Order: sequence, then C-alpha cells, then structure tokens
Amino acid sequence: MTDQIWVGVALIGGLGAVARFTLDGIVSEWFGRSLPLGTFVINISGSFVLGLLTGLALSADQSVLEGTAAIGSYTTFSTWMLETHRLGEDGQIWPGIANAVVSVVVGVAAAALGRVIGGRA
Amino acid sequence: MARVDSRELGAIYVGGAVGAVLRVWLGIKFTPVSGSWPWVTFAINVTGSVALAYFATRLQERLPQSTYRRPLLGTGFCGAYTTFSTMQVEILKMLDHGRLGLAAGYGAASIAAGYTAIWATTAFVRRYRVIV
Repeated sequence: MTDQIWVGVALIGGLGAVARFTLDGIVSEWFGRSLPLGTFVINISGSFVLGLLTGLALSADQSVLEGTAAIGSYTTFSTWMLETHRLGEDGQIWPGIANAVVSVVVGVAAAALGRVIGGRA
Repeated sequence: MARVDSRELGAIYVGGAVGAVLRVWLGIKFTPVSGSWPWVTFAINVTGSVALAYFATRLQERLPQSTYRRPLLGTGFCGAYTTFSTMQVEILKMLDHGRLGLAAGYGAASIAAGYTAIWATTAFVRRYRVIV
C-alpha cells in the first residue's frame, strides 16, 4: 500500500468514528438510552453498506478506503459487546441476549441485501 | 441536539484514525486465508473488547471523569479498531460456500469471546482497583 493510502485510511477512519458518535447521539435522542439502539442502527446500516461495496467489486485501494477504513471504523464490535454486557448487569437478560443475536442475524441479512443491490448496479 | 463539543469530536477523530490504521495494518500483516476461520478479525474484536472494557470501567467508575480520554480511547480508538460489518460479510461468505456450521460457529464464538472479554476485564478492573 502506498503512503497516500495509509494517510487516507487514517483520515477516513477518523471520519467513520465521528459519524458513529454523531448518529448514536441522534438515535439516542429519539429513542432514549434504555436500549442500545444507536449501535444497532449503526452496525446494521454499516453491514448493508459494506455488503453493497462488496457487490460493487471495487479496486483494492477503493475497497480498503471505503470498506475497511470508513465502514470498518463506523461499525463497532467492542461497544456492541460492552452494551450487551451492561444490559445483563442491569438484569435485562433477554434484551441483552436479543441485542447479541438479533444484531448478527439482521446484520448478515443486511449485508446480503446490500450485496445483491450492489451486484446489480 | 446537544451542543457540539469540537474537542470531543477531535478526540474521537484521532482515536478513530489510529484504530483504523492498526486494524488495516494487522489485516495486511496477517493476511487471512480465504474460506477459513477469520482469525485476524476475531483477534481484533476480542482484544479491542478487552481494551474498551478496561477504559470504560476505569475511566467511568474508578477515576475522576475526564472529558477527553473516554472519547479518544473508547469511542474513537476501540470503536474504530473493532469492527462489526467485516464480521457480517465474513459470515455471509461462509454461507455462500455452504459452510453453515462454520458461519454459526464464528458468530457464536465471536459473541462468546467478546462478552467474556468484557465481563472478565470489567470484573478485574473493579476488583484490583489499586494496581491497574
């Protein structure tokens, strides 16, 4: 990878993180913070877009910048797991299990849908 | 919307940039073998979960509230270093190859390992507050 691509990864990766923080704030303002819906919306929308990019068959550089850097940073595994754990600690066992399982099932479906749409574009 | 704190956003941006570079670098250094268990993503997600649990518990429960450390290290770095979307596309590709057991196993193992990482690190930080 060239130096320019590395700089691009850093610049775009930072944007992905800021976009996640901003959208989480907006979703939480709408729906409250009792359930971690912000992270759910981020992870599902990001899986859809990464599926879309996979379907578009981008060049290697584009794939790293738009997929790995932007969408990779936008979506998050660690926050999703932290929120699942904190739900369990608060005694919300079923919401916690649902947050873990539904995210993966809907996430894979969103990625599959994105790829179909991307493949037709 | 709450007032935008540009220094907080700056901290998230810098943390996110470093997390993304580290994740991409690891993906190049340890190129995943197509069709096998995605060790790179798995290891990134588990180690990032350990780090986030450490920062979240220590910075929120142990130390006086700092304004910019949590956004820099937690939301920025750990959030961007770990990734959910790549894991979903990896599962999708396992399903493409008819490897249903591998796909289910990878999803379940990621959740189990990520959850255990958060749980164990949180318990450790709360218990050994003095030395860590």
